[in-house]
Amino acid sequence: MQDSQATNGSATLTAYDHENPALRHHFADAQQQKNAASLGMWLFLVTEIMFFGGMFCAYLIYRLAHFNAFAAGSQQLSIKLGAFNTAVLIVSSVTVVLAVKAAEAGKRKLLTGYLVVTVLLGMTFLVVKGFEYAEKFEKHHVPGPTFNFTDKFDDNGQQIPVNPKEAELFFSLYFAMTGMHALHMIIGCGLFSTLAVLAWKGHYTPGYFTPIENAGLYWHLVDIIWIYLFPLLYLISRHS
Amino acid sequence: MASTAITANQTPKLNYLNNGHSLKSWLLTTDHKRIALLYLISVTFFFFLGGFFAMLIRLELLTPEGDLMQADTYNKAFTMHGMIMVFFFLIPVVPAVLGNFLVPLMIGAKDLAFPRINLLSWYLYIIAGTLFLHCMLNGGVDTGWTFYTPYSTVGSNTNVIEAGLAVFIAGFSSIFTGLNFIVTIHRMRAPGLTWDRLPLFIWSNYATSLIMILGTPVVAITIVLVAVERLFHLGIFDPRLGGDPLLFQHLFWFYSHPAVYIMILPSMGVMSELITCFSRKRVFGYNFVALSSIAIAVIGFLVWAHHMFVAGISLYAAMIFSFLTFFVGVPSAVKVFNWTATLYRGSISYATPMLYAFGFIGLFTIGGLTGLFLATLGIDVHVTDTYFVVAHFHYVMVGGVLMGYLGGLHFWWPKISGRMYPEGWAKLSALLVFVGFNLTFFPQFILGYVGMPRRYWQYPPEFQVLNVLSTAGASVLAVGYLLPMIYFLWSLKYGPIADSNPWNAAGLEWKTSSPPPTFNFDETPVVTWEAYNYDEIPEKELEAPVAR
Repeated sequence: MQDSQATNGSATLTAYDHENPALRHHFADAQQQKNAASLGMWLFLVTEIMFFGGMFCAYLIYRLAHFNAFAAGSQQLSIKLGAFNTAVLIVSSVTVVLAVKAAEAGKRKLLTGYLVVTVLLGMTFLVVKGFEYAEKFEKHHVPGPTFNFTDKFDDNGQQIPVNPKEAELFFSLYFAMTGMHALHMIIGCGLFSTLAVLAWKGHYTPGYFTPIENAGLYWHLVDIIWIYLFPLLYLISRHS
Repeated sequence: MASTAITANQTPKLNYLNNGHSLKSWLLTTDHKRIALLYLISVTFFFFLGGFFAMLIRLELLTPEGDLMQADTYNKAFTMHGMIMVFFFLIPVVPAVLGNFLVPLMIGAKDLAFPRINLLSWYLYIIAGTLFLHCMLNGGVDTGWTFYTPYSTVGSNTNVIEAGLAVFIAGFSSIFTGLNFIVTIHRMRAPGLTWDRLPLFIWSNYATSLIMILGTPVVAITIVLVAVERLFHLGIFDPRLGGDPLLFQHLFWFYSHPAVYIMILPSMGVMSELITCFSRKRVFGYNFVALSSIAIAVIGFLVWAHHMFVAGISLYAAMIFSFLTFFVGVPSAVKVFNWTATLYRGSISYATPMLYAFGFIGLFTIGGLTGLFLATLGIDVHVTDTYFVVAHFHYVMVGGVLMGYLGGLHFWWPKISGRMYPEGWAKLSALLVFVGFNLTFFPQFILGYVGMPRRYWQYPPEFQVLNVLSTAGASVLAVGYLLPMIYFLWSLKYGPIADSNPWNAAGLEWKTSSPPPTFNFDETPVVTWEAYNYDEIPEKELEAPVAR
């Protein structure tokens, strides 16, 4: 076996020779590959948390430093749209879990269906977010030369004037954080669309559906980040 | 079949180097050993480019007047030197070259867990490097490698955003390498290779990878915020607009101090391999050396604000960070003491890698101890932003990281290329590097202590003698770095052929042929021994490397 491989000069040499096409050559068995992929995904999620962590840190520090401006800025966000989007994302996390269940059971059509529903829910979120952004443009609440903020902070009937520069900081962080989150949603939608096509073609079997699981982990993390963004940006600075 | 690996040198065997010769077989390879060579070529390029800017700096400082460059040009020269050396050389060098080559070999795996992500990380590095070169040729950057705000956001009129983007992308290359290493070390070890049998090089790369995946994303988002602030005139770090430059410094050093450990830890791993092999002994206190790597990674995340003692942080914060900085010295000292104890009563031989190892111990000790000076609040106020700081971190970065890297490169060169390097020339260049290095940087300790600030293109005449010494040393150092490049290339064709284990060393990487076959081992090894079992390895006549 050694000699024949050494002489034919092919690139295989002595890697593991697997029957299973989904199993990559350098893994001993499917379990090792699955474990490696899953650990890799978890580590990637850790890097994502650190990535967003920098912005959360900046937000919390400036909220402490400029509380009135941040509260006044927060009043300008629509709780209704934010809550609706939160609900949309929670439902999408459920459909992701159901998709993984369907993959485990080998139900191809059901799996594709759940993946498509997840993408649709993600797009719903993005469309609603788009309306929220549009409103900010109309009200000149987008940071930059046209920024204009005359609102006062209403702390139980007391009108406290707000430094517009500090309010601009709130909206800078609002756009940076929700924008970065939206970018992750867009990537997630692309990812799940690809998975849906592959699932429809029968790419995944009860023995191999690691990509579905790992993409699901990613989706859950993006949801969880929103679960923190929503109260931080929309809720905790309000009094009435 | 097991014996094929040992006798394979008689007939030209299919190995990772001759398994495909086309350009495509290199540029689209997923073989960790080929990717390591791709990295070797690219980091060497950036090393000499960064060295070119270092020579510009030293030439300008040869005389007290600013005669070679304008102040603005000088600012760009030291910024280019710093950014290239930190982001494109020191951070990737040992993990991406030696680590990439050795991690799978040392743990008996056929490849890293994610070979395609490994290739992707090299491409990200190349994209980042190209972007940075483009930025450099279009006028460069003058912010210093630290991107300090508000200068980088409202002051500088150079290509800050492009340089930032390059650093951002290079960061992802490093994140992917770290992620790959952690998964590989967890999931791909050969049967019997338990955690307490792992080579210490693996432990130190594991610790490095932890820092890479925990720290790098933070600097990535920080640089994004700088770029956004510059583009849209936001005020996140601008005090006139409600922001705070201190926040930038905190976020930046939260990564960039641990980044120092990204650089030094892998070289410390190399050290453990060299010291044990050339004193023919088990490492003294394996568990302590292994866990000190993890301790450095963890405590290293808690010391960042010692870069900010004079930036206006509270006295209590400064005291805590000062204490923690002293504390991180403990695991580093554990390593140095254990290496020294390993030497005790060993049968020491003075091959080139060992010369570099000795150099490392001496220079790293000076670099580390002066780090403790800087951790002391009073002294730090006196020498902040002087050449004392410059000398300190060059003793760690160049005296430590580069000595470890060069030692490792000589040690594993027979495994990488299948050829020996010329021992005489190698010893000469090791000597030149050691002498040249000390001549360059020791005067800078004195310069800094008597008050010469860093980042100035001219200085009072009384500083000239020490500056001339430093520039002379830099020239010796340059020769010491050029020599290895020449004789390594020479040895590819004319070097004596190396057998599978020319040093009679203990690691798994020496149990496969030199150069290794594409999938590393003909049969997956089963490990039944502890690491560095030199007392069980029969002494072989260490033939002079000119044999055959």
